[in-house]
Amino acid sequence: MIVETFLHQIMAGIATGGIYASLALALVMIYQSTHHINFAQGEIAMFATYLAWSLINAGVSYWLAFFATLVLSFLLGALIQRIIIKPVERAPVLNVVVVFIGLLVILNSLAGWIFSYTIKPFPSPFPKEPPFGWSIISSHELGSIGVTLVLLILLFLFFRFTTLGLAMRAAAQNPDSSRLVGIRVGRMLALGWGLAAMIGSIAGMMIAPVVFLEPNMMSGVLLYAFAAALVGGIDSPFGAVLGGFIVGILENVLGAYLIGTELKLSVALVLIVSVLTFKPAGLFGKNIVTRV
Amino acid sequence: MQWLFGLVLAVTAVVLPFALSNYHVFQLAMVLSYAIALVGLNILTGYSGQISLGHGAFLAIGAYTTAILIDKYDMHYGLTIPLAALICFVAGFLFGLPALRLEGHYLALATFSLAVALPQLLKFKHLEEWTGGVQGIVIMKPESPFKDIMGLQINADRWMYFVSLFIAIVMFILARNILKGRVGRALIAIRDHPIAAASMGINTSLYKSLAFGVSALFTGVAGSLSALLVSFVAPDSFNVFLSIILLVGMVIGGVATLSGALWGALFIQFIPNLADEISKAAPWAIYGVSMIAFMYLMPMGIAGALALLSRRLSRH
Amino acid sequence: MNPLLTVKNMCAGYGQGHVIQDINMEIMEGSVTALLGSNGAGKTTTLRALTRMINMSGELHFGGQRIDTLVTEEIVRLGVAHVPDGRGTFTGLTTEENLRLGAYSRHDKSSQQQDLEKMYGYFPKLRERKLQQAGTLSGGEQQMLAIARALMLRPRLLLLDEPSFGLAPLIVQEIFDIMRTINQLEKVTILLVEQNAAMALNLADHAYLLETGHLVKSAAADVMKQDESIRRSYLGA
Repeated sequence: MIVETFLHQIMAGIATGGIYASLALALVMIYQSTHHINFAQGEIAMFATYLAWSLINAGVSYWLAFFATLVLSFLLGALIQRIIIKPVERAPVLNVVVVFIGLLVILNSLAGWIFSYTIKPFPSPFPKEPPFGWSIISSHELGSIGVTLVLLILLFLFFRFTTLGLAMRAAAQNPDSSRLVGIRVGRMLALGWGLAAMIGSIAGMMIAPVVFLEPNMMSGVLLYAFAAALVGGIDSPFGAVLGGFIVGILENVLGAYLIGTELKLSVALVLIVSVLTFKPAGLFGKNIVTRV
Repeated sequence: MQWLFGLVLAVTAVVLPFALSNYHVFQLAMVLSYAIALVGLNILTGYSGQISLGHGAFLAIGAYTTAILIDKYDMHYGLTIPLAALICFVAGFLFGLPALRLEGHYLALATFSLAVALPQLLKFKHLEEWTGGVQGIVIMKPESPFKDIMGLQINADRWMYFVSLFIAIVMFILARNILKGRVGRALIAIRDHPIAAASMGINTSLYKSLAFGVSALFTGVAGSLSALLVSFVAPDSFNVFLSIILLVGMVIGGVATLSGALWGALFIQFIPNLADEISKAAPWAIYGVSMIAFMYLMPMGIAGALALLSRRLSRH
Repeated sequence: MNPLLTVKNMCAGYGQGHVIQDINMEIMEGSVTALLGSNGAGKTTTLRALTRMINMSGELHFGGQRIDTLVTEEIVRLGVAHVPDGRGTFTGLTTEENLRLGAYSRHDKSSQQQDLEKMYGYFPKLRERKLQQAGTLSGGEQQMLAIARALMLRPRLLLLDEPSFGLAPLIVQEIFDIMRTINQLEKVTILLVEQNAAMALNLADHAYLLETGHLVKSAAADVMKQDESIRRSYLGA
């Protein structure tokens, strides 16, 4: 029985870990191309989830709403980049941080205004009964892991084997050289944001059935995603994914056995501070040598 | 020109509380408290370039120190302020030591997570005896020792306003002396050219930790003051938004300027009210829009924009 | 023959001051032109201004079209390839990925594979290293990669910034031979910035001399080679 509970914690950790991994990946994508941390990533995901909820509420079938939300969130992300972020692209870091926070606050407030602050249930496309009668994992958790894996594989294939993916990688690494091969770097940035928003929306739709839909639902998740991105290395997509799973498992196991659920966020804090103190580049990040 | 401005400001500051309602006097006192906190944040972020998204934590430590000392030890409120300052200095210095290794966004993230996790820590069951748990601690508002001066009534609110004003003036003068001297120059050197500064013999680690400590000290004093003004402390008052608002206030007021702290404090205190009047339904959205607008239109902050204006005017 | 690139009264710089001023050039189609000058004369600035990587004023005409109002990406898409100083390789990507990116803006994707093979023909070392991360290639190999990437564009005009920089003489000779081939076989017009005046003048048809931001001489390469002051200052004779 003890082993089963432990295994369940691990499984649940992998499930939430997948969600952290996705969000961490979105953070790393934007960081790699702009060297900015998107503090508003969680709120964009939350807002997208509300869009999905509206569609489902209006009678649209789940998977249709799911894919429509992917498209809508992509557009939302790209528009935000073009209209709000682009004007401050070259501004001092602090100013950019303020703009990101302004965005966070606007989205949070708009969500509360348009959709109200009452907690809403969000449907899961997966059955309520546990799969195959297993007791260590729920169907939603298994399905969530599945969705996350499909997403990660598709992203990998996209970036590795398509021309557009290559161009986006190039634009992130070296915008000047990218211009010299004719890549429209501005467009790549907008695409990157669109993609990140899309990934965020998937994370939101997978976690909403568990934590319930309300405007503040992503703040804790975002913190874990930050921890994951840092643990893996803020400029390593692979690291971000691995970091996500590590954080998810640690959160669940430590929360269940060591510190109780009230202090779970402190886990993230301790993790972040420890990593930053002992290995700022994370597990897979590059140690940057500063030229004098 | 600056003298005149200062004189007008001084006179206004002294006369204002007698012309306004108690609530407005309270708000002005809060502005002063925020201004002190922003000076603190500026010392760390503006002058020494270390981004902190977690300064709400030092506000909390200052506030809770005062609350606990008054609640559990019946200490006079005046004494709690310097004690809170000292405790925050130590806390800031200690946090500054590991924070040394972190730059830019890494530090921002570390401090951000401190801010997010803080309310949970304050609600921690095992500390409840001290912190009052979820409900926090209620303290009595300090009474005015004078009934009136020259016929002008000094009630509790007005008294606390003048206390805040006095402390604010002291802290501003302290900050100016610190920043104008060797320390200030060293901090700016560390912020702009850290490697060059180190090779010139400036002990960057020491200065960075000191900057953290001093910054925390100022913010702690502000927190202490705010506890006295609001008359209670509770974990949810010190959530991540508080830290975020401090940073926003500093940037909008004007980074690395002392006057910016005052402008930023005015923004923090009054814009939310204004936003509320514009839109009851989504006041924070208006707040967010104003933040972004300020960044587009006044990238150097209000202090920066005013400096630019006065330069243009002085040419004519 | 028509001028492929015309530059009228170009000024450019970084920030407040101008590094180069009143630059007037005519680059003939099919020619090799050398831009000579010592360190700090403004040669790199000139090339950067031509592809609008920095702010510039003045008029630029390429193939009959006005290009000084376009952004870098657009100019490149018209057929101007620029191999920058520092080479600008995508160090985090593989050699082959770098080459493929060179052809990114072309509309005829089908001949890309052919061109890739042609590049490996010119630069066999690159074929050996095609799956290696570009950042791990030697200096000479990275220079070859940079040139090959530029050629994948099938450019009409190739701008090269100090291709010999930091390279062993044998490799430099190799590169210059390839550039001669490219110019004669593929009919690519070349504008070459070089400190190594001797090698540049051997390859070029025409040369300009830049001194502290101003063009002080413009002549056929043979004439330049004979010029006394040039020989003293730049050819060490």
